[in-house]
Amino acid sequence: MRDVAVISFAQAKNQRRVADLNEVEMLMPVTGQVLDQVGMTIDDIGFTCSGSSDYLAGVGFSFVSTLDGVGPWPPIQESHVEMDGAFALYEAWVKIQLGEIDTALVYCYSKSSPGDLPMVLTRQLDPYTVAPLWPDTVSLAALQARALIDAGRTTEPEMAEVAARSRRSALDNPNAQLAWDRPAGDLLTEDYHVAPLRKHDCAPITDGAAAVVLAAGDAARRRVERPAWIRGIDHRIEPMALGLRDLTVSASTRLAGEKAGVADGPVDVAELHAPFTHQELILREALGLVDHQNVNPSGGALSANPMLAAGLIRIGEVATRISSGEADRGVAHATSGPCLQQNLVCVLEGES
Amino acid sequence: MTAAASTPHSEGAPLAITLPASLQGVELVRSVRTPAQLDYQFTAGAATSRFLRGIAQKKILGERCPVCGKVYVPPRGACPRDGVPTSEQVELPHVGTVTSFCVVNVAFYGSSMELPYTSANILLDGSHLSLMHLIQEIPADQVRIGMRVEAVWVPDDELKPTLESIKWFRPTGEPDDVNVDIPGEDHGTGLGSWVGGVAPIDPRGTH
Repeated sequence: MRDVAVISFAQAKNQRRVADLNEVEMLMPVTGQVLDQVGMTIDDIGFTCSGSSDYLAGVGFSFVSTLDGVGPWPPIQESHVEMDGAFALYEAWVKIQLGEIDTALVYCYSKSSPGDLPMVLTRQLDPYTVAPLWPDTVSLAALQARALIDAGRTTEPEMAEVAARSRRSALDNPNAQLAWDRPAGDLLTEDYHVAPLRKHDCAPITDGAAAVVLAAGDAARRRVERPAWIRGIDHRIEPMALGLRDLTVSASTRLAGEKAGVADGPVDVAELHAPFTHQELILREALGLVDHQNVNPSGGALSANPMLAAGLIRIGEVATRISSGEADRGVAHATSGPCLQQNLVCVLEGES
Repeated sequence: MTAAASTPHSEGAPLAITLPASLQGVELVRSVRTPAQLDYQFTAGAATSRFLRGIAQKKILGERCPVCGKVYVPPRGACPRDGVPTSEQVELPHVGTVTSFCVVNVAFYGSSMELPYTSANILLDGSHLSLMHLIQEIPADQVRIGMRVEAVWVPDDELKPTLESIKWFRPTGEPDDVNVDIPGEDHGTGLGSWVGGVAPIDPRGTH
């Protein structure tokens, strides 16, 4: 295996709605910054991989016009995933492992605001028997939360604690969309949004973008003092049919965590991509981080959830803390699909 | 479990499923229709908004890349060569050259055009990106690469921030520009010499 590191990370300020810019205009400052930070241009990049979804933009092949923002002429080596940027990072990591290239630019973005997001996301469900019912994402997550509560594995007060802690942590995150300091007890007095979920249990709808630069071995060491090395990365998928899964556990996260080697060393920081409070509890259990004290110091997806980018942001947040020396070893997680269907786990580490 | 059930495909027979009595004799589902519609509020973006506001004033505004100097129209806000925002606006003439075209002979949903009609890529003078529009006021079989065309606008009181404010392009009657640059073709202008049905000749003779 080649040593591959995250050497640069940038993200847009997360907002409920970016009304004046199109996707490429929103993205360009981010891809520009991520390269500038390490003194690189697109000419120094061996492979570019992006994550976005035409369903969110409501425009076919929207990723093609966004590619203009990195300057793809003369032609560059490039790929795209209709998934979170974390999965684009995985593709880029594999490409670097093949040995043909030493550097990669990974970027992702979404404007979730143009459409009705919970309805748009129904289109990822089984097209014959489930999608025609238009079950929105919040309702599906509420089913999952209900199953977890009924199994005696969480309570509404415990979920409110996750919400309160995440939004409090977000006060230190200048890119966060939702940040406030309210006691969990107060939150429980609010009405249900979709029972047993209250609004604070749900991630906000966010427009945003993020980018990462990966580099192998000396190409990384040459450019930054303390690269955040990817020590393990793995992703797994569960069946499409929700009825085939035990929604109270995340078997795919557990397996990905084992393969990525989460338990092989101390975890100083973990960023888990949990768009709903109860999902953080499921993920903690799957990764052996039930009582961990430093989960989602950025505020997590509950404080900003740009679709297709919130997973890569988790990796970027951990990498930034490693590169700054704040942490030595960390875990980043990204999810995709309804009720934590697909999960990616990445273990990052700094050199002493 | 019977031997037949454990190896259902061994003799090419499908796995036998026993339906409950209530479903016996029910017609098989051969297809399902699940109509879906999603509504979006599209954001044109800063550059395209500037362009569309210009159209409403009967102006065609391209945008120039500060690095390579190329002019894009309609602008999306980024230079695909340099990956930087375009910023300088450039007012373009309403005249250009056909760089490619197709004759549409098949009606498609939502189109009110009379068949056949011609859709073309048109490179406005002074720009480096062709825009797509209709060619009219000439029989479809006479449209050709290199043909000089001009915009035909709707009446001034009907101008709106949409490309439909240009009804179509029509021939100017000028001689064809056989050396028109095809955007994206770095190696020359061979396609231009298809004018009049003559095969392209590479001007450098390196075909």
